[in-house]
Amino acid sequence: MNWEAFWLTVRLAAIVSTLLIAIGIPIAYWLTYSRWRWKFLIEAAVALPIVLPPTVLGFYVLVALGSRSPLGRWWESLTGHTLAFTFEGLVIGSLLYSLPFAVQPFAASFGAVDAKLLRASASLGHSPAQTFRRIVLPLSKAGLVTGFALSFAHTLGEFGVVLMVGGNIPGVTRTISIDIYDRVQTGQYSAANQTALLLLIVSFVVLSIVYGLNRYGLNRYGLNRRPGVVGPWR
Amino acid sequence: MAVKTVPALQTSTQPISSELEVRIRKRFANPEGSFKLNVHFRALAGFTILFGASGAGKTTLLDCIAGLTEPDEGRIAVGGEDLYDSEKKRDVAAWKRRIGYVHQDLALFPHLTAEENVAYGLRTLSAAERQTRSREMLGLFGIDRLRDRRPAQISGGERQRVALARALVTEPRALLLDEPLAALDRPTKSSLVGDLRKWNQHHRIPILFVTHNGEEVFALGNEVIVLDAGRIVAQGQPHQVMRAPRLETVANLSGFENIFDATVLALHEDRGTMVCQLGTCHAGSGQLELETPLIRADVGSRLRVGVRAGDLLLATGKPRGLSARNVLPGKIRRLEQRDVIIAAVVDCGGIEFEVHLTLAARDALQLGPGKRVWVVVKTHSCHLMGV
Repeated sequence: MNWEAFWLTVRLAAIVSTLLIAIGIPIAYWLTYSRWRWKFLIEAAVALPIVLPPTVLGFYVLVALGSRSPLGRWWESLTGHTLAFTFEGLVIGSLLYSLPFAVQPFAASFGAVDAKLLRASASLGHSPAQTFRRIVLPLSKAGLVTGFALSFAHTLGEFGVVLMVGGNIPGVTRTISIDIYDRVQTGQYSAANQTALLLLIVSFVVLSIVYGLNRYGLNRYGLNRRPGVVGPWR
Repeated sequence: MAVKTVPALQTSTQPISSELEVRIRKRFANPEGSFKLNVHFRALAGFTILFGASGAGKTTLLDCIAGLTEPDEGRIAVGGEDLYDSEKKRDVAAWKRRIGYVHQDLALFPHLTAEENVAYGLRTLSAAERQTRSREMLGLFGIDRLRDRRPAQISGGERQRVALARALVTEPRALLLDEPLAALDRPTKSSLVGDLRKWNQHHRIPILFVTHNGEEVFALGNEVIVLDAGRIVAQGQPHQVMRAPRLETVANLSGFENIFDATVLALHEDRGTMVCQLGTCHAGSGQLELETPLIRADVGSRLRVGVRAGDLLLATGKPRGLSARNVLPGKIRRLEQRDVIIAAVVDCGGIEFEVHLTLAARDALQLGPGKRVWVVVKTHSCHLMGV
């Protein structure tokens, strides 16, 4: 059991999902309320990491972080080393990779807040920003928690982007999934199994907490509750 | 700059010029197609009823005044200040308008308690002041004991009170009420109206009250505006509008072709009925007694009686052995054919009734102007409305 890789992965996921709350909320706000006619292009761009092979995403991130790109040069002049094959580079790659898993639940929950409440808030003297803070955000708690947990769990299990951007440096960029891959390559099936099982359990627990909170905990105010979906097989 | 939500309470003692002036055009759509809202009116302090069928443009009009929808052109001003003026390119944002707006579905904030809902609009005040004001308002509306409950935990009538309190506590310059009482039973409704009246005696702001319930028009109105397909088709005091010009829209909306002023003459509690004298004291208009269902009223109190023309019977001879308690002799003034309905106007001692008949009934009874008839009115066909 490689605990170094495990804690590195947890640290990466925690940092990424926390940053995604800060980055995702403004993007989701814009996606929900903007009436720009080309908005769908941005929506598609945000959703890209869901369908793109991680190696493709990782490749472009690597190019963007490298010493030939403006970003890479700026970082190098600031810190003296490149972003590629560092923990910081991993964070940037993972942010992009997990962005839709945060933004989409955020935007869905913002959009689900009844427009009547927003109108009432305006009539009571609150600006759109104040309304967002006092009405939309509190009523979107479930979506925020879901987005946080999904991006956490998603980052936990990433492989392709990490390999492309971070390589495989123990203690710096070697995450659990890469560790598992390494073990399998060298025939250590039992060690690979332990780590894989741990990842499986952690991911399952995180998702269970999210779905459980959505079902029984958050945003149950009785009003405006949607009736349960009844399938056609009933 | 933050909105000046609440000038201190002393404004209530000063005479303020609170008049709402609206002159707007706006294209809007309803399920039956596209309409053009084109209205011009002033609403003074007190209740102004906006009356009209659904789809007449009432909600679009209120949304324009509240700033939630932009008119195509025109001007909206309250207390002399322009909120919207298409010529001056002025359009004050909804949240800076200080117009109270209570929608039929109330839109209470589900995650806030009753007290937090009421205090919501007092953003610019200190926490202590917010609490004082909102508790005062909760007290006025008799819902102080519910202050820690969420909207889902209180009844429909209580929610209505919270919604009204939440709008009033901000001391708006005008109040827009979009069928706020539609879902309530009658006693709850009248006590809520009482609270609203009491509040407005001190504040004297224009209250635009949307309804398509004819009874509410009489219960509330100083002034009625009847809206049909985006246009004002009648405007004035309720009894003038709802009665004198027998507009088809008005009759259809209120459901009563016959509406009379009446005075209670006697109560028969044991029989569940009472006797009302119809007719105003105007010279020339007649007087007539009618047995009606009993309501809580004192002898001598004034009310209105509404009777649907289709609920009335005509007889050419004095009927005997009828269960109906009111048999009124009269003369046919005129007959009008409306599609397959005959509307007969019958003069019963100076009071005119409109009676709807079939073509066959007219022919069988050989009805015509000047013919002597009896109008039969069942006690329970008389609908009583407060003044």
